[in-house]
Amino acid sequence: MTEILLIKAGELVLKGNNRRTFEQQLVRNLRRALEPLGQWQFSLQQSTLQVIPANSQMDMHRAAAHVGQVFGIAGYSRALRLPKSMDAILEHCAPYLDEQLVGVRTFKCEAKRADKTFPLNSPQICAKVGEQLLNAFPHLKVDVHKPDVTVNIEVRDQYAFIHANQIRGAGGLPVGTAGDAAILISGGIDSPVAAWMMARRGLRLAAIHFASPPYTSQRAEEKVHKLLGQVAGYSGRIRLFVVPFTAIQEQIKTRCPEELFTLIMRRVMMRVSEIIAQRENCGALITGESLGQVASQTLEALACTDAATTMPVFRPLIGMDKDEAVQIARQIGTFDISILPYEDCCTVFTPRRPRTRPKLSLVEQAESALDLDTMIDEAIEGTKYMAIDA
Amino acid sequence: MEVYLDNSATTPVCTEAVQAMQQAISVTWGNPSSMHRIGLQAEHLLNQCRATVAAGLSCLPGEIIFTSGGTEANNLAVLGTATARARQGCRIITSSVEHSSTAESCAELASRGYDVVYLGVDHTGRVKEEDLAAAINRDTILVSLMAVNNEVGTVQPIDVIRRMVRRAGAPALIHCDAVQAFGKLPIHPQQLGADLLTVSSHKIHGPKGAGALYVRNGVKISPILFGGSQEQRLRPGTEPIPAIAGFAAAVAAIPDHTQAFNHVTALRDRLVAGLQAMPGVFINSPSDALPYLTNISVPGLPSEVMINFLTERNVHVSSGSACAKGSKSRVLQAMGLPDSYVTSALRISLSRLTTWQEIDAFLYALAEALATLLRR
Repeated sequence: MTEILLIKAGELVLKGNNRRTFEQQLVRNLRRALEPLGQWQFSLQQSTLQVIPANSQMDMHRAAAHVGQVFGIAGYSRALRLPKSMDAILEHCAPYLDEQLVGVRTFKCEAKRADKTFPLNSPQICAKVGEQLLNAFPHLKVDVHKPDVTVNIEVRDQYAFIHANQIRGAGGLPVGTAGDAAILISGGIDSPVAAWMMARRGLRLAAIHFASPPYTSQRAEEKVHKLLGQVAGYSGRIRLFVVPFTAIQEQIKTRCPEELFTLIMRRVMMRVSEIIAQRENCGALITGESLGQVASQTLEALACTDAATTMPVFRPLIGMDKDEAVQIARQIGTFDISILPYEDCCTVFTPRRPRTRPKLSLVEQAESALDLDTMIDEAIEGTKYMAIDA
Repeated sequence: MEVYLDNSATTPVCTEAVQAMQQAISVTWGNPSSMHRIGLQAEHLLNQCRATVAAGLSCLPGEIIFTSGGTEANNLAVLGTATARARQGCRIITSSVEHSSTAESCAELASRGYDVVYLGVDHTGRVKEEDLAAAINRDTILVSLMAVNNEVGTVQPIDVIRRMVRRAGAPALIHCDAVQAFGKLPIHPQQLGADLLTVSSHKIHGPKGAGALYVRNGVKISPILFGGSQEQRLRPGTEPIPAIAGFAAAVAAIPDHTQAFNHVTALRDRLVAGLQAMPGVFINSPSDALPYLTNISVPGLPSEVMINFLTERNVHVSSGSACAKGSKSRVLQAMGLPDSYVTSALRISLSRLTTWQEIDAFLYALAEALATLLRR
């Protein structure tokens, strides 16, 4: 009799011949997420993954919390693994489910019998367990339509399992199955959300942050570490590149029209990012831009920004309202970090009246005043690398 | 040799804590909220300390609110919950054997109009479950009980209490004063079922002036002090980094629970065997009390006389809680002990650093006291 975690894989179960690849990546990711808590054994059968602790001392609360952050999982539950006998199920169901059942009013039982040689069929299992639970918890009533708790009994090939309500997983696809991409991260609310959304679709993350000392502080950079640390709880390790950006910003300010400052800055960021991303085998850039949110995020401005790179640019927030992004930020725990009040590179030298409908030809003409190649080389040269873990 | 057997009052500061404090007070003296690098370094140290204390409680760093000690953490838990949940109900349940910081916070709430219920205890000092069941109603917003009693060492079944609160469907938070339990038993607030949990630095060989309240992720309580945004606004004021660093170092220095527990249990067994051989000495602690604490009475010999006699012989024990200096023990009275026991109570409290020699020296001095004082 062991308590284990029972995990149902998410949409990867719809995959065809390459399904194994997805499953293996999921197991690798789970292994890494649970490693700090001890040794675990993984056993996969028909889109259900059993995660078995090496001993009974291990912290299952935290393990469940970690599993809840791994992408590729539709749902999970803590479950009691028992020998396949009705006696064992009846003996252990009430004590094991005490915590879940003591504070609620109604429940129902659901049985699944993969092993058809088991002497009782599913309705009979339900009836027996239901009776046992009603005796143990006289305050409970059965409600088959809208129960507070559904008690699941699964009789599988080797073991039987008992568990209460399944908890919703983080969804998406296992990180790493979609390749690599680089997020441009500032320190605001949107970019961590964008990073999280794309990691959820299976991308492994690199991150690029532009620092402009002395206009921005060490604290602003640490804010980015914290934000990425929070995202890394879901995505696994993130490779962070911090690019020195002051010289570039100062040159744009002195040599280009003020109304185009932000736009040209964004284009240079794209170029620098593309170089780092290619070096890191990333197939795309990710930004937190949302259409029309600020002057540099109008349709025309985004078109000008895109023209600076040949890589695909993913903007998962493009059609979202601010409050939707905020909602996700709160859910993933980045919001409280994002609102810490430090200057970031995007708020330095903001033009008074930025151009909202820029023409690419004019922007390119303005840019020709810059000594771009040398400056970009210097920025890349000065880039610092660090690995960010949860 | 000084024989110090009053470790439930306070403990000597361990070398790890002293070193950490020296470093923090002379090198990392910045204000963690300052923008500059000096401040940033202090913030880094503060973050490390928070992570260390969180690891000691198997919780998340964000669930640790540093306070000035156990008293402040208990005040924050009780008063902060009452304010935050005032609209959900007005009943607060506690016991008659709590530490004065919890008891007085509850008394303050009673004077503000809250409905405070004090649960009685049985002769072992344990809360009576049927009384608790009768007291919990849907107006109950807080149940505050200590994990281990500070005078007799009785262990309260917090998990059982949590189950009863859930069963009753009360909107109550569960606060657990774990000051005497932390560092001695493995304390996991989540497994215990506590929403709020108090720990203190100077009971675990750390410095005075630091403690923490665990606030479970998602639980909202109100501050009792107002000012800056430190400690998630629950405890404003510039963080006392040296005290916190000493606290964290003391937490990190807590050895494997089982090993220390076995050592102290062996010491306690020797102590109890010695005490049982002395006529006129009665043991008030229940047999399943935490071995770190043993409460005895010598009817006929007032506690103060005994403490004076022993301390002259370099043996230091107490009559009960240091925070209730001079007054009769509420705990022993609540346990129903006769007056002659209450007025002659002695508390012998051990730590993982207590030695066999100290136990023997205490027994020797106590025998001498009995021979000298009882004869007069």
